[in-house]
Amino acid sequence: MNDARLKNNLVNILTHVILIVIALSCVFPVFWMFSSSLKTQEEIFTKMNLLPEHWNWANYAIAWMKADFGKYFLNSLIYTFAGVFGVVFISSLAAYGFARLEMWGKNIFFYLLISTLLIPIPGVFVPLYLLLKKMGLLDTRTGLILCYISGGLAFGIFLLRSFFEDLPKEIEEAARIDGASKFGVYWRIALPLARPALATLVIFNCLSIWNEFLLALVILQDTAKMPIQRGLMVFQGTHITDYPLLMAGLTIATIPVLIVYLLMQKHIIKGIASGALKG
Amino acid sequence: MNKAAKEKTINLLFILPAVALFSIFSLYPIIRTVQLSFYKWDGIATTMQFVGLLQYKDIIFHNPAFWKSMANAAYVTTLALTFQNGLALLLALLVSREIRGENIYRTIFFLPPVLSGIVVGLIWKWIYDGNYGILNHFLTGVGLSHFTNFAWLAEIKTSLTAVAVVHMWKGFGYGFIILLAGLQTIPKELYEAAKVDGADSWQQFKHITVPSMIPVFTVVAILTILGSMQIFDLIYSMTQGGPAGHTHVPITRIYQFMGNGEFGYSTAMSVIFGCLLLAVSFIQIEVSRRMNK
Repeated sequence: MNDARLKNNLVNILTHVILIVIALSCVFPVFWMFSSSLKTQEEIFTKMNLLPEHWNWANYAIAWMKADFGKYFLNSLIYTFAGVFGVVFISSLAAYGFARLEMWGKNIFFYLLISTLLIPIPGVFVPLYLLLKKMGLLDTRTGLILCYISGGLAFGIFLLRSFFEDLPKEIEEAARIDGASKFGVYWRIALPLARPALATLVIFNCLSIWNEFLLALVILQDTAKMPIQRGLMVFQGTHITDYPLLMAGLTIATIPVLIVYLLMQKHIIKGIASGALKG
Repeated sequence: MNKAAKEKTINLLFILPAVALFSIFSLYPIIRTVQLSFYKWDGIATTMQFVGLLQYKDIIFHNPAFWKSMANAAYVTTLALTFQNGLALLLALLVSREIRGENIYRTIFFLPPVLSGIVVGLIWKWIYDGNYGILNHFLTGVGLSHFTNFAWLAEIKTSLTAVAVVHMWKGFGYGFIILLAGLQTIPKELYEAAKVDGADSWQQFKHITVPSMIPVFTVVAILTILGSMQIFDLIYSMTQGGPAGHTHVPITRIYQFMGNGEFGYSTAMSVIFGCLLLAVSFIQIEVSRRMNK
């Protein structure tokens, strides 16, 4: 009996040792980014201390104002807000239509949408570039935002349609009898009920648009319009050895992600797990 | 038009914005990719020259650089399928034993996947830095002094593996979450019944865990393959395909050819690459279906 307990304890300790080592390896690079962002250039090149000798918060002011990270950050906010709003509004409207209303060609559209979720399509940025060029939307905020919205629709419609289908029909039917329009029912009844699914959609699109790089690379040339992921590459291309400022920029780019993640982690982790297992 | 038909038409307004945007910015580019792949076009000239399958032929038989990029992506993918998913499974098994701090581990392991590829790439580029990176400082400190100025990302021998390590660091948490969720759906009664029958942990793993997890393994494998083969942000931020093309992957090649104004050629590359990805996914699904029988 004692032997069994001892063995059990050993297994437990070993388990935690493995998990803690891996956990530290996950956190360390992020910590190192933050720590390096507060050092001086000189300290970076001469010492290897874990924490900075002096916490140079001024690095952040310089990164924000002089290295343009403030501008990039605001651009990213614009793209994320506009993109998320567009995805949520347009895909919820369509998902409600697909779930509840009779219409021509409903199934064809739905399966076309969903098939793009399943089939890998690499390299569409090439024709997308040509299309935006022809439309005069190359190197514009509108062009990038439209691409982000379009890119989020398939997942959004897929997620919300099944949610709307699971809602009880009775409330909506009662509202219709009371004279509400179809749009009114969608807007005032179905949409508020779908809040949990909408939250998932908002979180996932926030993260994916904030972190997106390839389309921003292909579509934008003008630094004034660049989101922060693109701005980071521009900065490191021109100030290749200014590590403290680069790390401050990386931290600025990461803080919103960390906040959203830490506040919403239950949603995110549940969404990933159930999404993958259902699909 | 009768009333029902009118309804059906008006209802279309609900899906119209989605269908319009999706058709223009998602569907049309897909069709256009295939169409452009049969033409030689610099994107500027008013006439596109139809060349049929010529560009396909050239890519398949005369473009070793493209196949090298494919092999590089396959190398990263192989490492991810084995080491990354092996680690993810090990951790999921450990955490599923109802240990203390499950939520903390889960939160931490899923941190790298939520960070952006650019941020992760640039942090690790700094860690790998030959002269001032903390990795070499650490290795020198533990006595491996020949690494003092070793430039991991600039050396042909190590660059691709170094990028692959970062890719796996960023990705294992994703597989971990899915595998853990899968493990937690296996009914506990199965294990209890097996214990009563005298099965040890290994036998339980082999006869209960593995068979119930095959569909989950398949999902994780497909996600890993698609994600790893299409790696871009990390390559772009860490090596840009260098040294001397040794970390180029298909997407960086497609991007490069597009940048050179070879629009037709780059879309033909996309089609070939896309077909290969599709084939691999189908094979995966088929294999798991057979194993499930």
